[in-house]
Amino acid sequence: METATAPVEPKTNYLNADYGIKSWLLTTDHKRIALLYLISITVFFFVGGFFAMLIRLELLTPAGDLVLADTYNKLFTMHGIVMIFLFLIPSVPAVLGNFLVPMMVGAKDLAFPKLNLASWYIFITGASLIFYAILTGGVDTGWTFYTPFATTFSNTNVVTAAIGVFIVGFSSIFTGLNIIVTVHRMRAPGMTWRRLPLFIWSNYAASVIMVLGTPVLAITLVLVALERLFHLGIFDARLGGDPLLFQHLFWFYSHPAVYIMILPGMGVVSEVIPCFSRKRIFGYNFVAISSIAIAVLGFLVWAHHMFVAGISTYAALIFSILSFFVAIPSAVKVFNWTATLYKGSITLETPMLYAFAFIGLFTMGGLTGLFLASVGIDLHVTDTYFIVAHFHYIMVGGMTTAYLGGLHFWWPKITGKMYPESFSKLSAVLVFVGFNLTFFPQFLLGYLGMPRRYHAYPPEFQVLNVLSTAGASILAVGFLMPMIYFAWSLQYGKDAGPNPFRAAGLEWMTSSPPPTFNFDETPVVTWEAYNYDQIDAPNEGVKVAG
Amino acid sequence: MWSNLPLFPAGASSMAGHVDALYFALVAITAFFTILISVLILFFAVRYRRKRNPTATQVPASTTLELLWTGIPLGIVLIIFVWSSVIFFIQTRPPKGAMEIYAVAKQWMWKFEHPEGQREINQLHVPVGRDIRMVMTSQDVIHDFYVPAFRIKADVLPGRYTSTWFRATVPGRYHLFCAEYCGTQHSGMVGEVIVMEQADYERWAASGVEGSLASSGEKSFQQYGCSMCHRSDAAGRGPNLVGAFGRPVLLDDGRTVTADESYIRESILNPGAKISSGFKNIMPTFQGQLSEEEVIGLVAYIKALGSGSANPPLPVSEPNSGAYPVAPKTEGSAAQSDTAVTPPEKANPAKSAPKQ
Repeated sequence: METATAPVEPKTNYLNADYGIKSWLLTTDHKRIALLYLISITVFFFVGGFFAMLIRLELLTPAGDLVLADTYNKLFTMHGIVMIFLFLIPSVPAVLGNFLVPMMVGAKDLAFPKLNLASWYIFITGASLIFYAILTGGVDTGWTFYTPFATTFSNTNVVTAAIGVFIVGFSSIFTGLNIIVTVHRMRAPGMTWRRLPLFIWSNYAASVIMVLGTPVLAITLVLVALERLFHLGIFDARLGGDPLLFQHLFWFYSHPAVYIMILPGMGVVSEVIPCFSRKRIFGYNFVAISSIAIAVLGFLVWAHHMFVAGISTYAALIFSILSFFVAIPSAVKVFNWTATLYKGSITLETPMLYAFAFIGLFTMGGLTGLFLASVGIDLHVTDTYFIVAHFHYIMVGGMTTAYLGGLHFWWPKITGKMYPESFSKLSAVLVFVGFNLTFFPQFLLGYLGMPRRYHAYPPEFQVLNVLSTAGASILAVGFLMPMIYFAWSLQYGKDAGPNPFRAAGLEWMTSSPPPTFNFDETPVVTWEAYNYDQIDAPNEGVKVAG
Repeated sequence: MWSNLPLFPAGASSMAGHVDALYFALVAITAFFTILISVLILFFAVRYRRKRNPTATQVPASTTLELLWTGIPLGIVLIIFVWSSVIFFIQTRPPKGAMEIYAVAKQWMWKFEHPEGQREINQLHVPVGRDIRMVMTSQDVIHDFYVPAFRIKADVLPGRYTSTWFRATVPGRYHLFCAEYCGTQHSGMVGEVIVMEQADYERWAASGVEGSLASSGEKSFQQYGCSMCHRSDAAGRGPNLVGAFGRPVLLDDGRTVTADESYIRESILNPGAKISSGFKNIMPTFQGQLSEEEVIGLVAYIKALGSGSANPPLPVSEPNSGAYPVAPKTEGSAAQSDTAVTPPEKANPAKSAPKQ
């Protein structure tokens, strides 16, 4: 331990332990690497958001009059690639997970610190390649790279972008591997599996998907690149290949990837709800097991993306019923979160507002998934704005909201500073209102029949598109505000102290910001997770730092 | 623009009612649970706010409750699954005797061919009240045939036929969209479906037509020399095609396939893939020599040979005629000659129909 227990400031912590660019770029401290990821994905988020704003502006009018058709196609492709591979997938696991997993299990660092640093460099290498592809002309295949369009017909930078995504995939494998091994091998004495915070359970489940699923995506993208370069005839019917084979391989990863994105967000919500209602989480076992159930079932539903693609009737029915089954563990989580509030002592700090927004929006996103699992309706609404609305409810309404909630919740721990409460509440409300205004009209557009990825559209769809664009501008303000006040808080924020929310969990039992090796002494765990009754009872139970 | 805010699409096919009914049921379920959860959250947040309830009361876990809220959603989704599967079965099984319209999609247009021989681009005229089965293929990338008013959508793939069907119920003009992203002008790959009264349709279909789709297929059958081997008697080097359509075909590896549109298409373009039992793999490929429209014409012709309706089979004995007697397979008939037949090299540039 480099720091003796010295409660008086200035205490040595991971931020001031060392200075200079080298101390950051060569760090193996999981907390510093988490910040490297935080800065990178924040940049990527706003780049992806910029593409989204251009898309929404183009769709303000029915005619394709703002950008050229090819430009529009590149915009939604790059919006998808950047947001999914460079923001959503790394968001909670590589930023909050990286920062919190070792602290929550009571470890000094992740199991493989150098691998962790390598994962960030690989991420940046892949991202650079993707941006090189964007800057030298872009890609127009959609983030789904469907063949034979991507292998034979597109004349944009498909290979460069695919290799970029391929490389980024390794960073996510490394992060997943690190989290899995850390959870298995590095838990503090007394931290049994059933005492683990649910954030750990859900990140563990997501990591399993990352490790098992990402290689399939990598293989698929290599095949696309090889077919494009050497005309191998794997996916192109004219060369004897099968275009549906690509879709099977692609969705085998890319559907579970949705759970890579949403599971860690569920973990955030499972931490926030108990804290601000001072309750043990209701049904810990069921919430924990449901994460694993989602990860397992998530691998068995990929072909529900292909109901109209020409798969057999019975294959469609099997994938339909399995997709319905995934809804069950998600519903179990929602009911347990809600039940946790019952007889709580509730305050509405910003993280709690985001958690409420998450539950509402995720519930809508999940339930609209039932429409798509129903083959009979899917045939009408797939490939329309209905599906665009559905997955944005999950990925933005769900995951991004959870990510922001988590960022607010642990910001005092990460930086030692408080964010301004009123501005942050306003931003949470703006995100919720702006989000609904942006994406709810898209459900209506989808059932009306407006296809997705349309540069120009029939005039009767205009009013709903105008509403959506108006909502997007509110949403943009909601997303920009935290950027500004988080930066402001670094300098001017109140000192947070070790545990401003009187939260349970090992990460709150050390100083903020934490010392380089997280704990001055290795903690010994003698209590269950979410022991808010013990924390709030003044004279008994566990000591809480602060 | 404000005068025009549709919130629900027109329904103009026999499917629309089925799909909309399940849609409304799901909207009701979604609304119920979203409101239930939202109201509970808001109620708890107010009722148990810290000012009013300074100390939380811990509630023990309840397996009963967990099983209840696992079981009830499970029951609901199983009911929806069965309901949606019933609709799906209707959608995937075209009624017998449906009129068949062929579609060829390409970047970025739709080409349609009617059985009577009418051809059109980005417009599809159909009669009201009649079952219509679309048989579709693509010349390049994957497209998708989507008519929102009919609540149907089906991908159109290169290298195979896919199909969907509908029965239009209300005359009018409806959007036709390509719903699978297909490149630059994806959003320009739109058209309209024009649903006409039966009599109007017949008048339209009969006007200015050179000949039926099957008859143009027959011309190709002669022109490309198919009739030299696929003879109407037992003496051909290739299988007799009369009555073959829709029948099971025993393959030389012991499998049995149905001679549907896709099988015929494959046998023309990749003849070695599935050899009919008792025949040799001597037929050359016509990949790259036939346009998708010509293949469709051949398929329609072979179909007509089967049903004997649209085009009567040609006389039996002419070696160069295109048709064959009914015997489905004759052992040894292929052994008469080992010489591969070379198709005429696009000998006759005059296509049976203008290229579109």
